Amino acid sequence: MNLLLRAVPALALLVCCAGGIARADGSGDPAAVSSADGKYADKDGTATYKVSEGGKVDFYSYIGFVRYSANCLQCHGPDGLGSTYAPSLVDSLKTLSYVDVLTTVASGKKDVSEAQTLVMPALGENKNVMCYIDAIYVYLRGRSNGAIGRGRPQAHEPKPAAFTEAEDSCMK
Amino acid sequence: MKKWDFKALLAAGILVSSASLAQPSGKDWSTPAGNVAGQRYSSLSQINTGNVSKLQVAWTFSTGVLRGHEGQPLVIGDIMYVHSPFPNTVFALDLSHEGKILWKYEPKQDPNVIPVMCCDTVNRGVAYGDGKIFLHQADTTLVALDAKTGAVLWSVKTDDPSKGATGTDAPLVVKDKVYVGVSGGEFGVRGWLAAYNIADGKQVWRGYSMGPDSDTLIDPVKTTNLGKPVGPDAGTNTWQGDQWKIGGGATWGWKSYDPASNLIFYGSGNPSTWNPKQRPGDNRFSMTIWARNADTGAVKWVYQMTPHDQWDYDGVNEMVLADQDIGGKPRHLLVHFDRNGFGYTLDRDTGALLVAEKFDPAVNWASKVDMDPKSPTYGRPLVLPQYSTEHNGEDVNSTNICPAALGSKDEQPAAFSPKTGLFYVPTNHVCMDYEPFRVSYTAGQPYVGATLAMYPPKGDTNMGNFIAWDARTGKIAWSDPEQFSVWSGALATSGDVVFYGTLEGYLKAVDAKTGKLLYKFKTPSGIIGNVMTYEHAGKQYVAVLSGVGGWAGIGLAAGLTDPHAGLGAVGGYAALNQYTSLGGSLTVFALPQN
Repeated sequence: MNLLLRAVPALALLVCCAGGIARADGSGDPAAVSSADGKYADKDGTATYKVSEGGKVDFYSYIGFVRYSANCLQCHGPDGLGSTYAPSLVDSLKTLSYVDVLTTVASGKKDVSEAQTLVMPALGENKNVMCYIDAIYVYLRGRSNGAIGRGRPQAHEPKPAAFTEAEDSCMK
Repeated sequence: MKKWDFKALLAAGILVSSASLAQPSGKDWSTPAGNVAGQRYSSLSQINTGNVSKLQVAWTFSTGVLRGHEGQPLVIGDIMYVHSPFPNTVFALDLSHEGKILWKYEPKQDPNVIPVMCCDTVNRGVAYGDGKIFLHQADTTLVALDAKTGAVLWSVKTDDPSKGATGTDAPLVVKDKVYVGVSGGEFGVRGWLAAYNIADGKQVWRGYSMGPDSDTLIDPVKTTNLGKPVGPDAGTNTWQGDQWKIGGGATWGWKSYDPASNLIFYGSGNPSTWNPKQRPGDNRFSMTIWARNADTGAVKWVYQMTPHDQWDYDGVNEMVLADQDIGGKPRHLLVHFDRNGFGYTLDRDTGALLVAEKFDPAVNWASKVDMDPKSPTYGRPLVLPQYSTEHNGEDVNSTNICPAALGSKDEQPAAFSPKTGLFYVPTNHVCMDYEPFRVSYTAGQPYVGATLAMYPPKGDTNMGNFIAWDARTGKIAWSDPEQFSVWSGALATSGDVVFYGTLEGYLKAVDAKTGKLLYKFKTPSGIIGNVMTYEHAGKQYVAVLSGVGGWAGIGLAAGLTDPHAGLGAVGGYAALNQYTSLGGSLTVFALPQN
């Protein structure tokens, strides 16, 4: 793990200067190498974003922005940038992996001291979050890597039929 | 009750009785808003327009909590009572002995309540009556403390935090009862106002914001809406099925009281969820001004400002009671600056609508409020379809709606000076894009259902204004622009100085007649607390809590984004976190000795 962490910045530097945009985060190299039904994955099979020319994002990154802003913004601030109340997820995802993020979202987190009362709720039962967790993750992954800017993505890929099916079965 | 004899009031000393509406706050500050009329006006004039520029910091006090500090301290005699956000510590400070801590109360609360507090762990202060200090804790415990010792005299649970209900409001004490409301509109709670006996904590009545008449305490015949009886089942017949059970209408704002009519006034918040498509109908009585009999809770009148809300324009803001002449006729007024951007003036005895005008010219979601009693839409806002998120529908981003969900004004209370006849109003000057979508309800989980992005109105770089308002005509008398939203409650004084705080942390003093800046001082953190004043040992003091946070700290910390430019943070898009940092302290000001 330590080795991997130390290797990551070096790798990031290489990727960054060769490719121009891609970097690395808590889940490794975010570059999309495969896709199925509009959903992109990195070389390890972890969900990731895809930003094409002109800033067009994949549909999941887009819906991730929408659902983040409804369910996470109230504490973590607009665009994942943190607030007076909760930390910046743009920063957190530089070290947290996909599994770390899912675990924290589902189970919550407590960091209570005399002056600070940081408590993240367990959202595992919340369909408005969990039905969209991969989308929220890839959006934040894109934010963390600087690939997706602030505000609403101005263009996105069309809604995949697989998304609608999954949403309908999850939200009912 | 036209004019007050200030000398007689001062000679009488402590003014804690609520016998008369117009009694301003004197040496003490014994009610959250200074008096039960919610005026935030003090008869003290030692600090005035001629000398306020010499103001100095007299002393400071740290609460030890680094969160958003809303509300205000109380002063009763020689003791100041200071509260904090979660864990809701209360300190009693001895003003005769340099602020020595006489006692400290720190409740043990389950930290799991923290994440169900929408938008920071704020608390808006304590109330006083019958030798007791009343605190509504985050976990919805209402507690009565012995004002001299801090001993818990009684404690009662008002609601259930596991369902998303929390306590953030300042209680109001009138006669032998203490009144509290509940937070949780983003969690599908059903709002209520309740009266508890101050002697033993026994609940006397509870009136819900929606539901059957037995829950709302509405009488189909006697309760009126714009002068007409509301009719049967008014609290359920504008909801689909059982949706009223998770209907929202939270009641976390300020309450006021008129002894002449024995009515309690307050507002109810947004209907749950933020997605209007999922809850067809007017969603009564969310977004409503309420007038209830203080003894029984029976509803005298209601007025719903924003039927079928589509923007999260909570109606919880304070109700300021004032007696002024309109058209040469003396009126008993209720003045309310709503999140929706309209300043309302009503006859508080009857609920008749007298004035409804925009108090920020940027407001655009409605052209006006229909003031024609013969019109079928009398009293309703005339909504422009392009800004209607109901009309545009789910999964559609409605853009350039003003104001934003935080409103042209949020909970930060206004002040009223009977001397100038003006209201002093801290305002937000922010617009938004709003996209509603399908959301599912789980008890105790956020139930929001919309995404929004905020930014200053097109062409403007300021996110706030501090304004003086004439409620008789519905016109702005003067307006001071502020870089950030003004999220601090105002104080008006007989010295013709008006005070407020800013999100950067400045305490500012301005001339009540002109708005001219007379003094400013940067406190340790951004101010979202309310300015108060008191006199001790012959000297006037002005005090305010600093500690940035609340919805302002969340929405503005990183700066707003300009959806139309996509460039960096400048001017109106500046990041608050470049100006101030977390804090939790009280700063007390006074004039120098000589």
